[in-house]
Amino acid sequence: MSQIPAAPSGLPMNAPRNKADLFISFTWLALQGFGGVLTVVQRVLVEEKKWLTQEQFVEDWAVAQILPGPNVVNLSLMLGGRFFGLTGALAALAGLLLAPTVLVLSLAAAVAGFAETPLAQGMLRGLGAVAAGLIAAVGIKLVMALDNNPMGRLTCMVLGSLTFVAIGLLRLPLAWVLLTLGPIASVWAAHCLKQRGDA
Amino acid sequence: MTLTLTLADWGSLFLHFISLSLLSVGGAITTAPDIHRYLVDETRWLSETQFTASIALAQGAPGPNVLFVALMGWNVGLNAGGGLAGGWAAISLALWGVFITMAGMLIPSCTLTFVATQWAHRNRDMLAVKAFKAGMAPIVIALLIATGWLLTGSHDNPARDWPLWLVAAATTLLVWKTKTHMLVLLAIGALLGALGWI
Repeated sequence: MSQIPAAPSGLPMNAPRNKADLFISFTWLALQGFGGVLTVVQRVLVEEKKWLTQEQFVEDWAVAQILPGPNVVNLSLMLGGRFFGLTGALAALAGLLLAPTVLVLSLAAAVAGFAETPLAQGMLRGLGAVAAGLIAAVGIKLVMALDNNPMGRLTCMVLGSLTFVAIGLLRLPLAWVLLTLGPIASVWAAHCLKQRGDA
Repeated sequence: MTLTLTLADWGSLFLHFISLSLLSVGGAITTAPDIHRYLVDETRWLSETQFTASIALAQGAPGPNVLFVALMGWNVGLNAGGGLAGGWAAISLALWGVFITMAGMLIPSCTLTFVATQWAHRNRDMLAVKAFKAGMAPIVIALLIATGWLLTGSHDNPARDWPLWLVAAATTLLVWKTKTHMLVLLAIGALLGALGWI
């Protein structure tokens, strides 16, 4: 357990007790994730389990986002691997995928044809609107995690606004945006860290 | 829809998903257009309806959205076995399809993620690692907000879609300012949708 980073500002930090705990926690997390696990991952890992602080979640989420593959899958591998190595990563991944796969395949077999009915389409429309709101709310809550960012609040807001305009309004491809803004922001952050004497 | 898949066909299905895995920056869903081109247009192993229903079901059901890949594998296998009427033989083929597509989609990206993040965690005090995380933080937070915005904004007919926008905005406020359980909000959304009110 010596690898667990100490929490800044004295927040209580928990860790998964063992690999079974990881597996069950990720299963529970995945099964709550209607409209995508993204909507619940922050609430379960940060607010309920306290395995990560808000700041650590943002840092890990950045890595999970930039690597190829589903973001939550990447996050499960990172967390599982950090606490218990390769088997931990596999336990978290299995928890995330196993039960939902069985569930979604059973649904597909049981309700073949239902997904195309107006009733199902209406439900999906409603779920989609709520899921969109949930994801936006997670982002707004995480803005607080920028308070300790070495680049300072103003720079963070400028970078965030540029990203929002590029993706949300101009609809530029994600890879382009990450590959242009990402290196600029990282180089600037390195400069700020040096100034602050953190390096 | 019934079709015959040779061993070589299964091999090429596996290779296709392997080749998409490392391109799926931002989530597996970003590869959906290419999967459509391959499975629906080129090989015709999947019908248009099955393609759309797979994505819709994976988004409506709990679990990661990448399960749309599992559902497509399931449907390809089922088609190869003559549909659900084909009994256990068809279901075995469908499960085989799930395994082939999911393994292809996940093995390359998971391997890369595991190796890269273990390295980054061991070197977490390195300036480059710290700078990357700090620099990316505001960008990924904005991405989350933009994702919520895009999911709502894809419905862009104000006269018809304003109730959807209202529900999304109300959800954002409730989650931000209160501790309302997400399942309650999702249930309300599904109910409003089922009633045809939004």
